[in-house]
Amino acid sequence: METLRVVWAIFMKDLRVEWRHRGTLASMCIFGILVVFLFNFAFEPAREETVRLLPGLLWIAFAFAGVLGFNRSFAAERENAGLEGMRLAPVDPGAIYLGKMLANLFFLGVAEVVVVFAASLWYNFSFVPAIGWFALITFFCTLGYVAVGTTFGAVAANTRMREVMLPVLQFPVAVPVFIAGVEASTGALKGDPVGDYAGWIKLAAGFSVVFVVLSYLLFEYVLED
Amino acid sequence: MNKAFPPPLHLVVTLAWLCVAGYMIFLYAPQELTMGEVQRIFYIHVASAWTALLAYFLIFLGSVGYLWKRSSFADDFAHAAGEVGFVFCTCVLVTGPLWAKPVWGIWWTWDARLTLTFVLWLLFVAYLMLRSYVINPGRAGVLAAVVGIIGFVDVPIDYMAIRWWRTQHPQPVIAGGEGSGLDPRMWVTLLVTWGALLCLFSYLLRQHVRLAGLRREIAHLRRSLGSSLGG
Repeated sequence: METLRVVWAIFMKDLRVEWRHRGTLASMCIFGILVVFLFNFAFEPAREETVRLLPGLLWIAFAFAGVLGFNRSFAAERENAGLEGMRLAPVDPGAIYLGKMLANLFFLGVAEVVVVFAASLWYNFSFVPAIGWFALITFFCTLGYVAVGTTFGAVAANTRMREVMLPVLQFPVAVPVFIAGVEASTGALKGDPVGDYAGWIKLAAGFSVVFVVLSYLLFEYVLED
Repeated sequence: MNKAFPPPLHLVVTLAWLCVAGYMIFLYAPQELTMGEVQRIFYIHVASAWTALLAYFLIFLGSVGYLWKRSSFADDFAHAAGEVGFVFCTCVLVTGPLWAKPVWGIWWTWDARLTLTFVLWLLFVAYLMLRSYVINPGRAGVLAAVVGIIGFVDVPIDYMAIRWWRTQHPQPVIAGGEGSGLDPRMWVTLLVTWGALLCLFSYLLRQHVRLAGLRREIAHLRRSLGSSLGG
């Protein structure tokens, strides 16, 4: 119960900071939109190719927007000695992780909605027929992505050149959710039967569980001084 | 360990063993029927791959040991395994295309095992980069240990995902020479080569750990000298 209260307090704190600043979320959205925009020049997809290329494009946009968000999430804490403050509080470090993770999940989720909307508009592609499965797939893959990203964001905050360090840490480890996101979304958007891509959703869900638990356990080491 | 098997002796054994492995690769092992001489790179390639995987496991062991006991030895051990493992993993990525080009006609294909080796290489790079970029050197061990553990847990999931991703697509060309169809003499050569590489690996590992220990000692002496002069 106490843990949940801490998680909620940190989650709300991050939301409140973002509400007053509006820096992180806006940059994540604009960055994601820019990827979709540049993609148009890189590939000039014809209508029939769109469904094949779109999931990959979306996941590249999500991946970069996410990295941007995770970096900001801990860079701001570092500048204001926020982590020191939280460390001094007599609470479970794992709860701090869960709070930060949920806030990152929320921000990346909002950025994803914006990016998907932009992609849908510019490529004249309707997500509506498959929106339920697409949303479920994106949720689990994003959860897994954020689960490792939050921990690596906290690790990278301790380094020089953290803007480079974070993607170098994040991308190889996130390969499974990236593949799962692309493959399962392609299946869903093409209208394949769910059985064909259900395995990918399970893989993403399993990945999320493993890395949320592992990060929860390891986060106290990341915070210590 | 240092008394019973001193580093110079270790080096001599390693060099001798490498010579034996070289002899076996080029003269003892029979020539492969379809691929010809170039197939002999297989012994170095596969043995390096096994060694690189082992190195990643050792990073994991050292990382867990460091977080648990906080012994600087465990940290040095993980760091050494990372550096030496990186060299072997690079060796796999270099020998692979050299072998693939004449046999498959292409340098690279995104086949499951190739992709996974590349991901493993990236994990080594991330681990080593992190170690050198941490601002406060005292924190490098703990942060690297966290990354080492997460990376190790990730490897099997990566493997599953990548295999699955590839088998859903048309299967690309797969090397004919590996696996069940191996001549017994080829097996012996492969194992002897792996032994030689393991000997080399352990030599570099212990020298690295020893060097790290000496560095620590010098830093400690400098500090105590500085404080005694200053005070």
